[in-house]
Amino acid sequence: MDKVVRMSSEKGVVIVSKSSCCLSYAVQVLFQDLGVHPVHEIDKDPDCREIEKALMRLGCSTPVPAIFVGGKLVGSTNEVMSMHLSGSLVPLVKPFQANLC
Amino acid sequence: MNSTSTHFVPPRRVNIYEPLHQFGMWGETFKSNIGNGNINTPSHIIIPNNQKLDNNLSEDTSHGTPLIFDQETSTSRHPDKIKRRLAQNREAAKKKNNVLISFQFAYVQQLETSRLKLIQLEQELDRARQQGFYVGNGIDTSTTTSLSFSENMNPGLYQEQGSIDKNQNLNVKIKTGIAAFEMEYGQWIEEQNKQICELRTVLQGHVGDVELRLLVEIAMKHYFDLFRMKSAAAKEDVFFVMSGMWRTSAERFFLWIGGFRPSDLIKVLLPHFDVMTDQQILDVCNLRQSCQQAEDALSQGMEKLQHTLADCVAGGRLGEGNYIPQVNSAMERAEASVSFVNQADHLRHETLQQMHRILTTRQAARGLLALGEYFQRLRALSSSWATRHREPT
Repeated sequence: MDKVVRMSSEKGVVIVSKSSCCLSYAVQVLFQDLGVHPVHEIDKDPDCREIEKALMRLGCSTPVPAIFVGGKLVGSTNEVMSMHLSGSLVPLVKPFQANLC
Repeated sequence: MNSTSTHFVPPRRVNIYEPLHQFGMWGETFKSNIGNGNINTPSHIIIPNNQKLDNNLSEDTSHGTPLIFDQETSTSRHPDKIKRRLAQNREAAKKKNNVLISFQFAYVQQLETSRLKLIQLEQELDRARQQGFYVGNGIDTSTTTSLSFSENMNPGLYQEQGSIDKNQNLNVKIKTGIAAFEMEYGQWIEEQNKQICELRTVLQGHVGDVELRLLVEIAMKHYFDLFRMKSAAAKEDVFFVMSGMWRTSAERFFLWIGGFRPSDLIKVLLPHFDVMTDQQILDVCNLRQSCQQAEDALSQGMEKLQHTLADCVAGGRLGEGNYIPQVNSAMERAEASVSFVNQADHLRHETLQQMHRILTTRQAARGLLALGEYFQRLRALSSSWATRHREPT
């Protein structure tokens, strides 16, 4: 859990993902389109399982991708897509748009 | 020297118990345990007693008949050795006898289970018929109904339940999973057509906003129902949903991850909103852009998925036939496709919602009518095209 907290507050926007997860990749592409480039891949992390469990406990239906903005969990792909279509995603990530990985 | 009378006891109903008859063809002897009722046989099998199949199989060696499975005794000159040999043979025969008896028993039990299964299936069949499910009969009679056609196209569409005995020609296929989805989709289309008709009628006349809002809600919910159906079907067979096999050919031409493109939706709707406020125009523009971005993201993710799946399948050494070395990985990719279908439908869902939010009730009604008619025309195009093909040149 600590690791999750640490990861999520590293940068403004954090996408917790796995290199094998293509949906995570899709979310990455979306954020790149918005000018944000942070990714944190956990499958090479030794605590991968623990991190996944912690993410599930936080309320994610699937452990990856998990998107954090400003240290707060925004959600998974569903939430991000909904927010983007409703127009609330861009204002949320605007302060971090110059953010480079 | 004992001369135990052993008898081969064939059951009376030879046609079913054919293999049992074949047991008797072996050069083995059977004790009369069956006849003595030491073994508890099912009541409907009547095994007659004391029937000698063949004198040659009798173990009665008092006539000096050699045992078929032991030729050596006939050449031995020592009576003690003969006795011992016979005892050994008897023991072996006893063991083999027991094995064979348990064989018979297992077979009989299997037949019993099959019989009960058949009765159960017949009951299920009646129940299904009453509930109005389609039930197809027989795989050999291949009629060219759309259902049997789709079976050819998609093996595994129907789950075969209890094809008991091919000789008895009872192959009952009850619709499950994908086939049920196809049927449901057919009903969805019918309902869709009705709704479009109603919208058209209502918009041509004068109708209050309340009634219009109700129609809009119903139409929206109808689309959401479809997404739910697709999600369930994707779990059954994601490739089926992805390929749009359940849609007409022209619709399939425009397919994007198992359905229509959300950005296409906006494109189709836009010309039909005669008057829009500045705010509405801005909102629709923003929606169009974010929709396009989301679509692109999913498209790229999908591409990556396809590449990795192709790699899984193409990997391995040459000449290994249809063996997939990384089959688990491949299956995982297929599983991931399900989430892509869900995400794509979620995008469609959200696009519809946002349009509903941006537009007035009347505009939304016109938009839904336009969308419905668009798909109707695609379906009409499919059948026109198909008919055109069949014309003799």
